[in-house]
Amino acid sequence: MAEEIKKLKVTIDNITIDVPQGTTILQAARMIGGEVVPPAMCYYTKLQGSGGKCRTCLVEVSKGSEADPRPMPKLVASCRTGVMDGMEVKNITSPKVLDARNGVVEFLLLNHPLDCPVCDQAGECHLQDLGYEHGKEATRYEFKRRTFEKHDLGPYIQLHMTRCILCYRCVYTADQVSNKRVHGILSRGDHAEIATYIEKSLDNDFIGNVIDVCPVGALTDKTFRFKNRVWFTKPVNAHRACKCCSGKVTLWQRGEEVLRVTARKDQWGEVEEWICNECRFEKKKTSDWVIEGPTHVSRHSVISQGHYEKLSKPAETFSKVHDERKPKLLMDIHSVSEVNDPSIDLSVIKGPATGKVFEQTKKHS
Amino acid sequence: MARKLLLEKAHVEGIRQFDVYRREGGYAAVEKALKMEPVAIVEEVKKSGLRGRGGAGFATGLKWSFLAKPEGVPRYLVCNADESEPGTFKDRYLMEFIPHLLIEGLIVSSFALGSNRTYIYIRGEYAWIVGILEQAIAEAKQNGFLGKNILGTEFDLEIYVQRGAGAYICGEETALIESLEGKRGNPRIKPPFPAIKGLWDCPTVVNNVETLAAVVPIMNLGAEEYAKIGVGRSTGTKLISACGNINKPGVYEIDMTISVEEFIYSDEYCGGIANGKRLKACIPGGSSVPILPANLLLKTAKGETRYMNYESLSEGGFASGSMMGSGGFIVLDEDQCIVRHTLTLARFYRHESCGQCSPCREGTGWMEKILHKIESGKGVSSDIDLLWDIQSKIEGNTICPLGDAAAWPVAAAIRHFRDEFEWHVNHPSLCLTQNYGLAHYADELSVVA
Amino acid sequence: MVKFSEHTMKEVEAIIARYPQGKQKSALIPLLHLAQEEFGGWLSAEAMDHVASILSIESIEVYEVATFYSMFNLQPVGKHVLEVCQTGPCMLRGSDDIIAYIKSKLGIGVGETTADGMFTLKTVECLGACGYAPMMQMGMHYKEHLTPERVDQIIADCYNHK
Ligand SMILES: Cc1cc2nc3c(=O)[nH]c(=O)nc-3n(C[C@H](O)[C@H](O)[C@H](O)COP(=O)(O)O)c2cc1C
Ligand code: SF4
Ligand code: SF4
Ligand code: FES
Ligand code: FES
Repeated sequence: MAEEIKKLKVTIDNITIDVPQGTTILQAARMIGGEVVPPAMCYYTKLQGSGGKCRTCLVEVSKGSEADPRPMPKLVASCRTGVMDGMEVKNITSPKVLDARNGVVEFLLLNHPLDCPVCDQAGECHLQDLGYEHGKEATRYEFKRRTFEKHDLGPYIQLHMTRCILCYRCVYTADQVSNKRVHGILSRGDHAEIATYIEKSLDNDFIGNVIDVCPVGALTDKTFRFKNRVWFTKPVNAHRACKCCSGKVTLWQRGEEVLRVTARKDQWGEVEEWICNECRFEKKKTSDWVIEGPTHVSRHSVISQGHYEKLSKPAETFSKVHDERKPKLLMDIHSVSEVNDPSIDLSVIKGPATGKVFEQTKKHS
Repeated sequence: MARKLLLEKAHVEGIRQFDVYRREGGYAAVEKALKMEPVAIVEEVKKSGLRGRGGAGFATGLKWSFLAKPEGVPRYLVCNADESEPGTFKDRYLMEFIPHLLIEGLIVSSFALGSNRTYIYIRGEYAWIVGILEQAIAEAKQNGFLGKNILGTEFDLEIYVQRGAGAYICGEETALIESLEGKRGNPRIKPPFPAIKGLWDCPTVVNNVETLAAVVPIMNLGAEEYAKIGVGRSTGTKLISACGNINKPGVYEIDMTISVEEFIYSDEYCGGIANGKRLKACIPGGSSVPILPANLLLKTAKGETRYMNYESLSEGGFASGSMMGSGGFIVLDEDQCIVRHTLTLARFYRHESCGQCSPCREGTGWMEKILHKIESGKGVSSDIDLLWDIQSKIEGNTICPLGDAAAWPVAAAIRHFRDEFEWHVNHPSLCLTQNYGLAHYADELSVVA
Repeated sequence: MVKFSEHTMKEVEAIIARYPQGKQKSALIPLLHLAQEEFGGWLSAEAMDHVASILSIESIEVYEVATFYSMFNLQPVGKHVLEVCQTGPCMLRGSDDIIAYIKSKLGIGVGETTADGMFTLKTVECLGACGYAPMMQMGMHYKEHLTPERVDQIIADCYNHK
């Protein structure tokens, strides 16, 4: 019999589990599942070197290990801290962690445009989820939000830099998944941005995957037809015989139309298998695909409500999605934007839900 | 007159030249060290009690003993000459005036650590010093102290100078390594520490210029003699770069037994406050460490004399003490505005944040904006509490200590000078034309003559 | 086409030789310094692409680095760049007044270049000369203990030696 791999005992929020050597605290928490899993905005299992940057996954190590039981002096990034045997970790049972996390969420949202109503990512945005769970009632930031010069990344990928949280995932993806990287992080500090420096298209074979790894709506699919609110579309698993990739995808349909193609994601919102640009951007007919059946969507996402015609009270929807936990209102969006006026039924809007459309709808109603 | 170990010969005419330096006893430490076992040198450095002079004050010998030594993998020594902490200009002085001392220290240290390629990473703005160092290196090589088979010991060593290009963060050791690899100066997430995986993923030690130069007197005097200088865990001498509102700004080598008061007022050092003014406050160890009002600077909260050493400067913790830090001693006279000074530091940290992690990237800019608002007479009382809350959310939650370094000055300014912040808020127009000055602090600062 | 001179190429080779085989990317910052010097005081995209091709790395790797470090100019600058330090210790010794003086003397704002292309004014953060404040950097050298008179002198010298 092969020798047993050494198991380490770790306790997270009073739940104990044995994990193999080399497991991080975040991975251990994911093995336990549920509430004890810290949110992770930058870490990505399949991307080497990712993690450590956003600081949303900070946890308290109240006991270092059996051998050295001293607590760690600072909160640590659970995505980049390895489990030690006998380690005790506090996530949601630590007021210090919750306080720090609220701070981190506030920092991440500080310069965020809060343009969720017009953002393609709305409904599948991890920052939106995080904001609902940890956000403050109102922003304490009274200064002008940061803006950037617009950059065009070519025919496939749309960049909205103001939404970027600089998780670096798209950079690692371009390095590790596609065969050439033409975009990167330019400048430093609060001016740092995703860009190509001189106008260049992101168009090599696997580059479309940057859209799927982006936790927010900074990188979106330009070929997403009609820019539909994602919760009006129905995700189904499908595949095709592809020379470049596995051809296993999720199709986002409305009726018989394929509005968008993405990679399949696991319960943590991470891509299961990378897909090529052809599958993602060029195959927009149902006949291109063999449909397997409906995609299971994680409870974390508003899309898990499935597709529905009438969206009357979004607040209720969110509390349902969040297992009846009361969502906190991040900020009253109506106070900063005329978009998403609650008196307008979103489902009556056809095509992209832009500010203009809202204005017109308001006039009509 | 305090004993000088580093700068004693710094002003001997022509000391930049190898011949003069050698005549003055230079390179004796190399001759001695190369006859020793490398581990014995590490032991000597341990025994000397030398602590890192770059800011953190970590025991150098101990740090060296952590260096991994896997078979067949090169090890590297990197000298941190990035010196960008506001208030700090001591390494520049040492390199400019007595470059061979650093080269000598590097040879001994490289031998002790087993580095055959040692890099000096110098901040890009010190462009002219690169030439001075390269000249010293070339001379040492001509004279057989560098290159192949040094002094017939089969020890090979090359020293290269690498210029940075304007980034304070590259003083942080892992950012420095990234920069040396030709990348953006983003600090690495630790562990692994450089001692295990550093430059090009090889075991690496990063030390400050002054730390490595101090290895020379340790070799020459012997660890025991060296450890007798100074006091307690503050052994040897320390370079202090003094600036701000004093009569004699400059770099001083001190024996760490003198009091802060002596350092500020004696003619041997700062020569008192400039223009006959009174002392208001001081940041004793580079911009990152807490500012102290005059009363807490000269005496500890317990009323004891404060001395210029690691322990005494940090006596009282952050509540009433500060830190030795990098030895950048910034003095503020009675006319200076704490809010404005803190604002310039906040701007500095915002400008220098690498932008990798969200609390530092977003928080530093936010603090700067609020300070700017208060300084321009537009602040409200709750801004002060907000500022306090922001710094507390940055501190301890970032990848590297730059986040802490940005938070501490703001925290200390509010802790000790809250009245002055309040005064700004309550006197929106007055604060544009007048300074809060010292008068308001008269009682509290009565210890100051 | 921007291209290093033969003489500079020798220097480039010597720099690359400082690093172990295959680690030539380490030469990036030194090469960008050379490029900035040789190609008119700033780094154009072509200059950066040239450096990328010498080091066999992607252009974006060069852009990422060039935009990170404050010493690299990504826009053309004047013949002399006056970089005045404005951090705390210099502020305590009157750097604000020096900046104001230079602005009015040259009739330009921070970040601007004089019409004759002689001077660009920049503010910078602590340059490690706090004890000799107020100060500024000009090219490879520091100008310390600045006073309005000294600024006048420095500017006059620039015109005399042009
Ligand atoms: C933001 C930041 C900037 C730093 N800058 C410097 C520096 O300019 N020079 C330096 O020697 N150490 C600097 N350090 C400390 C280094 O990370 C490292 O601790 C030091 O070089 C170790 O050398 P020592 O043990 O000899 O002090 C800095 C640290 C941080 C976090
Ligand atoms: S664009 Fe998206 S994936 Fe790329 S760094 Fe920004 S948030 Fe991350
Ligand atoms: S603390 Fe600041 S400087 Fe350090 S890694 Fe984070 S963003 Fe960069
Ligand atoms: S997920 Fe761990 S720091 Fe971002
Ligand atoms: S503050 Fe200006 S050189 Fe240090």
